[in-house]
Amino acid sequence: MAGVLVFCETKDGKVKKASREALTIGRKLAAAAGGDLAAFAGDRAVAQEAGAYGAKTLFAAAIGPYSTEAYAGAMQAAVAKMQPSIALFGGTSNGRDLAPRLAARLNVGVASDVDRLEWNAGKLRARRPVYSGKVFATVEVSGTPAIATTRPNAFPAEPAGGGAAAVVEISPPSAELKAKLIETRTPETGELTIAEADIIVSGGRGLKEAANFSLIRELAQALGGAVGASRATVDPGWIDHQHQVGQTGRVVSPNLYIAVGISGAIQHLAGMSTSKHIVAINKDAEAPIFRVADLAVVGDLFQVVPALTAEVKKAKAGQ
Amino acid sequence: MNSVVCIAQVPDTEARIRVAADGRHIDEAGLKFIVSPYDEYALEEAIRLKESKGGDVTVLAFGPDHVQQALRECLARGATKALHVKGDTAAADSLGIAKVLAAAIKSVSHDALFFGKQGVGTDNSLVGPMVAELLGYPQINVVTHLEFGEGKVTAHREIEGAEEIIEASLPAVITAQKGLNEPRYASLKGIMAAKKILIETKSVADLGLQDSEIFNQRVTVVALELPPEKSGGRKIDGGDPAAAAREIVKYIREEAKAL
Repeated sequence: MAGVLVFCETKDGKVKKASREALTIGRKLAAAAGGDLAAFAGDRAVAQEAGAYGAKTLFAAAIGPYSTEAYAGAMQAAVAKMQPSIALFGGTSNGRDLAPRLAARLNVGVASDVDRLEWNAGKLRARRPVYSGKVFATVEVSGTPAIATTRPNAFPAEPAGGGAAAVVEISPPSAELKAKLIETRTPETGELTIAEADIIVSGGRGLKEAANFSLIRELAQALGGAVGASRATVDPGWIDHQHQVGQTGRVVSPNLYIAVGISGAIQHLAGMSTSKHIVAINKDAEAPIFRVADLAVVGDLFQVVPALTAEVKKAKAGQ
Repeated sequence: MNSVVCIAQVPDTEARIRVAADGRHIDEAGLKFIVSPYDEYALEEAIRLKESKGGDVTVLAFGPDHVQQALRECLARGATKALHVKGDTAAADSLGIAKVLAAAIKSVSHDALFFGKQGVGTDNSLVGPMVAELLGYPQINVVTHLEFGEGKVTAHREIEGAEEIIEASLPAVITAQKGLNEPRYASLKGIMAAKKILIETKSVADLGLQDSEIFNQRVTVVALELPPEKSGGRKIDGGDPAAAAREIVKYIREEAKAL
């Protein structure tokens, strides 16, 4: 009974970024806890890529696109074969859907949305931001396997340069699915989502009206980032809720967070203050957002943002 | 069509959170509690279902005595029954809570089970799917749109950058996302009517469960700490937009290394 099993979420034959991050921390935990790193996926085509991140084995089940029941059944079979001490899931929609389902089946606990993980005296120890980052909880997970879902962007993905993982086919018990995927709708905007973005540019009430989100979109596009928003702009319908950062939106921790015209209500700060680099642009020098900003720009966003977008484009063109 | 809505009571999202002297719990003194915001969407959807198709809406909570206040509020908005399982949820992990809720749900007639997609505060997003597994029901997580048909439900599920349309047989577990609906406020008439409804109470033992299955198991909090205060960053004057823009780009390039 040893090793670490990682749920490898795939898209178009590739491992998703959140899963590569989970593989990376999984590899480090396997070194500390003993045993090998293994991956579980619904697509055997990712054996090479999983191997590059250190997985020795890929448990693969030909079960098509994600569904809770089929994936829970197949991953349960992989757990039974491998008997890992730890199972990890990248904190995507599907990772967060599957982890609790499997945990309840195995009667084990889950640490959700963790941003630190270590193997401590035979137990999995995790740090997780709670109360939207107003408090950090350190938790211990017992049970075999101990399960955690990892916060996107909290664990950098680093390949280890290994060869392809050995594929072990899993044939899950075939049962009629009670929930079936009928259709997936992808909006045609092609916009990056805030969930996994490295750079987020967020707009707040200081934009004054919905149309001025164009300033945010242009800057985000120039930087190759995603568009975020404060609740004050989502509630009146200036922008869709998918973009909302904060306590009733998404908690994010990108490498770079640019807050534009956001005063910094406690719920918003809770959703973004673990970002690695924070730039805030606000005309009010006393705005609470400046308390968490690494670079505080006191000025009129309607002048600073267009100038910044132009400067970013210039910098990119000069590369 | 009967529904059960599982609700959690959480500290007000405006509240400043303090760590208690034991370093493992939050200090609840003076803290205002609210119905977890995502649970409000869950409740609203169940009430609308009752209004269109009839049936009961039972609100269910596991927690200390003060959760009755949250149950009462849900009754005032239109729930028809309330069930309170008493216990110190702070000492239970998500699976412990799910086991209690699943056992309590078995005693109530139901076609649909509604949860918020996460309890705001503890932010685990675990209990809904765990209850689904314990009862052998399908789950649809993070739902922004719902339609009930004969013995089935069709839901829109939010995933990264897309939306899935999922059909599930009933009974099913639905976890609600913001955007599912616009929750109503309690009317004065509703508040008066809610006062006449008896909140049924049960203990963990009444449900045939052992404390040892529920409390201090699987996931335990070792420590709670407040994040370190940021020392405060560098301030620049945006009075000259072009100069400010150059300064920001320099920061993005040299410190964030994002250019």
